[in-house]
Amino acid sequence: MLSIKNLHAAIEGTPILKGISLEIKPGEVHAIMGPNGSGKSTLASVLAGREEYEVTEGEVYFKGKNLLDLSPEDRAREGVFLAFQYPVEIPGVSSTNFLRTAVNQVREYRGQEPLDAVKFLSLMKEKMKLVEIDQKLLSRALNEGFSGGEKKKNEIFQMAVLEPTLSILDETDSGLDIDALKVVANGVNQLKTKENATIVVTHYQRLLDYIVPDYVHVLFDGRIVKSGSKDLALELEDKGYDWIKEEISGTTV
Amino acid sequence: MSKDNEILEEFTSKEYEHGWSVDYEADEAPIGLTEDTIRWISSKKEEPKWLLDWRLKAFRHWETMDEPTWPNVKYPKIDYQALRYYSAPKQKSKPSNINEVDPELLKIYDRLGISLNEQKRLQGIAVDAVLDSVSVGTTFKDTLSKLGVVFCSFSEAVKEHPDLVKKYLGSVVPSTDNYFAALNSAVFSDGSFCYIPKGVRCPMELSTYFRINAANTGQFERTLIIAEDKSYVSYLEGCTAPQRDENQLHAAVVEIYAAENAEVKYSTVQNWFPGDKNGKGGIYNFVTKRGICAGNHSKISWTQVETGSAVTWKYPSCILKGDHSIGEFYSVAVTNNYQQADTGTKMIHIGKNTRSRIVSKGISAGKSQNSYRGQVQVMKRATDARNFSQCDSLLMGDKCGAHTFPYIDIHNSSAKVEHEATTSKIGEDQIFYCNQRGISSEDAVALIVNGYAKEVLNQLPMEFAVEAQKLLALTLEGSVG
Repeated sequence: MLSIKNLHAAIEGTPILKGISLEIKPGEVHAIMGPNGSGKSTLASVLAGREEYEVTEGEVYFKGKNLLDLSPEDRAREGVFLAFQYPVEIPGVSSTNFLRTAVNQVREYRGQEPLDAVKFLSLMKEKMKLVEIDQKLLSRALNEGFSGGEKKKNEIFQMAVLEPTLSILDETDSGLDIDALKVVANGVNQLKTKENATIVVTHYQRLLDYIVPDYVHVLFDGRIVKSGSKDLALELEDKGYDWIKEEISGTTV
Repeated sequence: MSKDNEILEEFTSKEYEHGWSVDYEADEAPIGLTEDTIRWISSKKEEPKWLLDWRLKAFRHWETMDEPTWPNVKYPKIDYQALRYYSAPKQKSKPSNINEVDPELLKIYDRLGISLNEQKRLQGIAVDAVLDSVSVGTTFKDTLSKLGVVFCSFSEAVKEHPDLVKKYLGSVVPSTDNYFAALNSAVFSDGSFCYIPKGVRCPMELSTYFRINAANTGQFERTLIIAEDKSYVSYLEGCTAPQRDENQLHAAVVEIYAAENAEVKYSTVQNWFPGDKNGKGGIYNFVTKRGICAGNHSKISWTQVETGSAVTWKYPSCILKGDHSIGEFYSVAVTNNYQQADTGTKMIHIGKNTRSRIVSKGISAGKSQNSYRGQVQVMKRATDARNFSQCDSLLMGDKCGAHTFPYIDIHNSSAKVEHEATTSKIGEDQIFYCNQRGISSEDAVALIVNGYAKEVLNQLPMEFAVEAQKLLALTLEGSVG
């Protein structure tokens, strides 16, 4: 579904990603871990198409299409979803209005009829249960005055409504208490199907207790330096990242 | 340059939609401004002597005045002798109702999406259409007259209701009030007149549509609204003009009089030609709008959506004379490219327990300058006066400017005056967030801007609100940064 080959990316001339390769198949959950500054969030942003990052080398194919050729909105319409680490606030625009605009633009791209107000509301109702989100929150201005947990829940709610084929969760666990974390993880797990895939970007192993990955990749200095099963995450939790750093310097020296 | 900036640029450089003009035979005053010009206009309109004298007095005063330089706008000096002060489309005979209006003229309004044909009109809005200097027709006159509501062109009011005109003309905005009001008083050509009798709730929106068509012609219309005790009216005003290289002058005066328990709601969607993207051409919009809450418990509410004009100078104000009277001002002012706007309001509290509310939302894009200027004045007698002002500015791109000039002048210690102001920028983060959910950048800008202006747009009558939303999106198409 997603094929990343030798991806290099830079911001304002500073290289951040230095040759990442990754294959993701439908139904899989991949965790990307790594210390601060290793390039985890950059990878998420590059896949979503954020302007500031310049891809200097490599290719990314998504469902057979060259992802890097597509605008951010077309990537979203093709089924790439990014749950933001810091969801932005849009004053005066209700979550409902925002999501309806999004859903209908995605549907238009796919040649589907727009959803009318009634159908859209019933879709909302159905998905609201999934992430245990309060209807009152959705009639408020998007993310404005939301707590950290409410913002993250809202991200997962949007994901539920938009039904992406590839979901990228960028540090979704940051700033969440354990109860909110469980709710968010539960939402993600319920949305899992055989057809879609998930990339979980995280610093800590904690989230992976609830969203169990098929593969764990360790990112360090813009490269994937180690891949393994979910046991790798536990090992990292146990030993910290220094162990990886030493192992790398050991092999390169 | 970031993509947001590109979008902003594209948005802001969008062509003006109403930039066409139509050739028709016109009755025009000679170019220039002297007492003779005024006599010419007055005789053309077959006016009574008192009105000619009133005009001449205003003109003589105007000659002693200087053009104001305090607004935060820059424009080349206007040569008042190079302008034409009267232009009227020649109609074969004077129409007695809308069905007799020259079809060519009606076509102009059809093209603007404003049908003057009563059968085709949506229920609930009566329209007075003003082309260049004169009113070409008013719809729904019969329906309104059954209730005693007078809604007609100003010239007609001078003929049919001279006592009312004489009593109220200049009572809110004196002919000597300011430079542009004096000019208007001297040369005003037409406009709308509206009278709501005691106890009548006007069943439909009254609307005036102003269009400037002729070149080198100033438009000086005058609107007078009188709401008697316990009456209510909602009044709408729309404006467009053709795209011309030369700047055109528009100096209007609006006066509102609200008696006891009367309520007047005045909404404007102003879309005069703003000039092209290099700042060439466009309308100079120098307008004096003022209402007086003369009676106790009366209310005047101004709502304006300002998207057009090269230069705007406009401060719809309320004189809160009656006890417990209420003044409101809701404004969205958008400037783009090289547009300049200096707009705001004045709330003058004279009566006891008077309340005023100001919500101003400025949006600047391109290389434009957008200023809010507002004054809240509480007089000695005005015990327990309250004011709340909120002035927000939204910037798009990094070449535009937003300025706020609030003046507060309090002479009664029981007054409660609050002022809040914010400045924000449409962020690339907001646009990207929308993009990531599948929303195009253009729609993202429209969504964000409409969200920002929502509090004001909510004040507009339904039909107008939708139009205003589209207009905002169109004006700003491509402007993010």
